[in-house]
Amino acid sequence: MKKVILAIGLYAGFLHAGKAQLSTYYGDTTNYKSRKLKFEEANIVTGYYFQDGNNSAITGGIGTEKLTDLANSFDITFSKLDRYNRLHTLNVDFNIDRYTSASSDNIDPLTKSSASKEDTHIYPSINWSVKDDIARTTKSLGYAFSTEYDYRSHGFNGGITFLSKDKNTEYALKGSAYLDTYMCILPSELRPADYPSGAHRDQAGIAYKPRNTFSGSFSIAQVINQRLQVMGIIEPGYQEGLLSTPFHRVYFTNKNHTTEKLPSTKMKLPVGLRLSYFVGDNVVIRGFYRFYVDNWGMVAHTANLEIPYKISPFFSVMPFYRVNNQTASKYFNKYGMHDANETYYTSDYDLSTFISEFVGMGVRMAPPGGIAKVVNWNSMELRYGYYHRSNGMVGHSVSLQIKIK
Amino acid sequence: MKTIKFGLAFVGLLALASSCTSVKEYQKSRINDSDMELSSRKSEKFEQAFYLYREGASGANGGKSGGGCGCN
Repeated sequence: MKKVILAIGLYAGFLHAGKAQLSTYYGDTTNYKSRKLKFEEANIVTGYYFQDGNNSAITGGIGTEKLTDLANSFDITFSKLDRYNRLHTLNVDFNIDRYTSASSDNIDPLTKSSASKEDTHIYPSINWSVKDDIARTTKSLGYAFSTEYDYRSHGFNGGITFLSKDKNTEYALKGSAYLDTYMCILPSELRPADYPSGAHRDQAGIAYKPRNTFSGSFSIAQVINQRLQVMGIIEPGYQEGLLSTPFHRVYFTNKNHTTEKLPSTKMKLPVGLRLSYFVGDNVVIRGFYRFYVDNWGMVAHTANLEIPYKISPFFSVMPFYRVNNQTASKYFNKYGMHDANETYYTSDYDLSTFISEFVGMGVRMAPPGGIAKVVNWNSMELRYGYYHRSNGMVGHSVSLQIKIK
Repeated sequence: MKTIKFGLAFVGLLALASSCTSVKEYQKSRINDSDMELSSRKSEKFEQAFYLYREGASGANGGKSGGGCGCN
């Protein structure tokens, strides 16, 4: 009897050892993972933005800046494991904005409606990433396209992230290039006699100029403890080509006027720091700070604070406050203040000295059975914010996000 | 000079962050909460766009740093 028990024990032992050896060669065969294409999530975001002010660059730094923008975005993400258990993720993003701009109507003030009084901005993008858990890396590639009436852009990006062995530190390197083309629509009174207006049937012979943007970024994200994580990011950028806007007017002290003129290159260096801290059981502090400097003389400090409060595990409110303090570009001056002998000049108040504030609140619902009992309707988020610039411009922004999972 | 000082402070801060104690995966229930993500929310997408167009500074926030006109 003892021999029989010993024989069964040895047989079981061999079987177990054999299975372990197979697992070593072919991976853990008991931990089977499906390799079918899997739907991860889809997001629908709708936003409405309204602004008004009295410093339009199109009319030389005075005049209406009234603008409305209705924006819609739909993105969908799929994933699939390959035979080496690397996770491939594909994200397709489609965006369409419809905007109206009162200032753009003043490119050609004598006509009822000039070329870009209203416009549609379409910008799809596609991103592919491969996550390798064994090498602890994620590699990504992406392409983005953007088109407006007078502007077209092709964007390319690639990146790689490295995760530390304890999964508490992540290093990321990214690079991007945007190759843009600008149709040079000039203000009506400043067009040479035979220069087209840029309207639909009047574009023959119009000038197209390039504007290229290159940037690289390096970031480190670190888990500090069970409640705190931080990230530092540095993203130097370089732009070349037509960096001025051809239909922005500039008025000189001698009462003459012309179109904006800016250098054909720009270098910028933004450095950012993010922080997330979980306080107690219901409150999270999300902070962001950025220092920015460029070779056009602008220095800016931007800070953002959001404090999500979880009223229940399925319902949160998220008050936020953002402030941006920037000094003017050395090429900026107000309406009628530029000297005609200057090499470069602009009256675009986006490049002026100001402090801007954005304050508002978001609410998010993510009930366990789905919104309205629709299981796949994972969550819904609504945000409103009020924007104010110290030079008088104000804006309102509302957005709604729906997540399907 | 100001930029160099800021860069050095940034590198120092990152070095400090890298010397933290290890947090195990099972201890990350709070770190893995969606509100703790070190990136902008999807619902902030269009806000990021108007910051890019209405302000001179851009970049280092995980968002887009080029492409598109924003000239209106």
